[in-house]
Amino acid sequence: MNRPSLPWKLYIAAFYLFLFAPLLVVAIFAFNASPFPSPPWKGFTLDWFIGSGGTFGKPGVLIDPIWLDTIANSFKVAVPVALLAVVVGTVNAWVLERAEFPGKTFLSMMMLWPLVIPGVVLGISILAFFSRLANGMEEWLQTDLDFLRPGLPLVVLGQLSFILTISTLIIAARLRKFDRSLEEAAFDLGASRARVLRTVTLPFLSPALIGAGLVALLMSFENFNTTLMLVGSEPPLPITMYGQMREGATPAINAVSLLLMLGVGGVASIFALTAKAER
Amino acid sequence: MSRKPGIRFTLFLLLAPAVLWLGLLIVLPHVEILVLSFSERVAPRVYAFGFGNYLEFFTEPLYWRTFARTAIMSILVTALTLVLAFPIALYIARVAQGRVKAMLLLLCLLPFWVSELVRTLGWMMLLRETGVVSYLLQATGLTEQRIEFLYNDGAVILGLVYGGLLFMIVPLANALESLEPAVVEAGFDLGGSRWTVLRRIVVPHAMPGIVAGSIIVFMLTVGNFATPVLLGGKNGLWFTEQIYAQFITRFNWPQGAAFGMLLLLLSSAIVWAGLRLTGQSLGTTLKQA
Repeated sequence: MNRPSLPWKLYIAAFYLFLFAPLLVVAIFAFNASPFPSPPWKGFTLDWFIGSGGTFGKPGVLIDPIWLDTIANSFKVAVPVALLAVVVGTVNAWVLERAEFPGKTFLSMMMLWPLVIPGVVLGISILAFFSRLANGMEEWLQTDLDFLRPGLPLVVLGQLSFILTISTLIIAARLRKFDRSLEEAAFDLGASRARVLRTVTLPFLSPALIGAGLVALLMSFENFNTTLMLVGSEPPLPITMYGQMREGATPAINAVSLLLMLGVGGVASIFALTAKAER
Repeated sequence: MSRKPGIRFTLFLLLAPAVLWLGLLIVLPHVEILVLSFSERVAPRVYAFGFGNYLEFFTEPLYWRTFARTAIMSILVTALTLVLAFPIALYIARVAQGRVKAMLLLLCLLPFWVSELVRTLGWMMLLRETGVVSYLLQATGLTEQRIEFLYNDGAVILGLVYGGLLFMIVPLANALESLEPAVVEAGFDLGGSRWTVLRRIVVPHAMPGIVAGSIIVFMLTVGNFATPVLLGGKNGLWFTEQIYAQFITRFNWPQGAAFGMLLLLLSSAIVWAGLRLTGQSLGTTLKQA
């Protein structure tokens, strides 16, 4: 078993080629000087990133307001999602690891539940429930409650519904490894509860907090299924990309994808570094 | 004793976010679509209790055929993913050492950090009539005309398998990691062939990983939207697309809610059956992944 045969090695090589072929194609054709994202190769250009639109009729991604707005929308969703995921995830982790109360096993099972619900179903259920809530409240208060209608706030809530499970699990795993005698020592030395939390517990948790925040950021940026059901008139990046891909896109979409890959690569390497620090 | 009310109040405060989250974003919304799925329109803006939406599902062939197709193709995709991923996981866990091992695993992870839509875009660019594969085939003289590889079941299956691979490889490699080399050696020493050792020792040992990976891949496949729609085009016919059509395009929410419940039921049923058949629990399975 320890001497791999030649076919096995060839299979491994073919597999990795298969894994990277689609990404390479996307990246390479972001630089093709052609109005279509397909071969033949017409020469190298940066127009799909920074072109003013003179050559192909459409401006580059970093100039085009359509793409800039959609990227901004993604940040408007991802940043609150990441912050809330870390804060609420920490509280949840505390409840799971430190508190004792009846029904705790049930609660911890419930927290896993969102992972087995299809994203589309999460999306429509939240859409339907918050619409009913909005209708009821508007009748009662006689005002428009727009944040309960499809739009970015609802997208934030929809994404949180399952990202909170992930952030809770990441932070709880770290909290489980914590040596509580460290906290007791601090208490014995006369520190207050708040001070112990600030100087002992949170610094220990910080790699997991950063990790959970970055994972939440990535998952929010890339979520499509749940977002699609809850989106209003301000589409985040995946929704715009989907629309362009259905219509038959220009290489601008390759340029956006390459930027996304670089961004994701950057975040992933920070994540890998914090994971290393955790060990 | 005097601290007790204080502790209870703190516990209450700490529990509040979890209860709000699970209550407002999970439980009540699901109650809402359950109720919605049993409501029928009897007059404009007037709804009454009834099974009409579910009856509609069983009487309209497009609906139940799409549902059955989604289920069957998802099982097929899961099986294919397992077969393709197993040799890779085995190599990563048992053969590769040190740096190579870490690198191979990292290379597996990388594509999956990238958005599903970017990966799908890559496959569209490779497979379509004006795409890279067709271009290369024509340029090398293997075919005379451009060939359309996109918008068929093969393309959908390819895209879905590609999307599921990582979620299969990681649990498999984790499970295989703990296999004692001595046990494998013993199998060979007792006269077992490669095939026998694989079937009688390696695969049973990897069972928790196989179950975990299969369940995750199945759930992701059944609930996928972008891959079948973009790679299958009009022939994609995935059940999530029907849910979207009812909710967003036709604005028939009760019908869409019924479809949503059916998809949830399908996904849960297969997960449950998989766990029962192999005697695993959901908690340990999710931990594997």
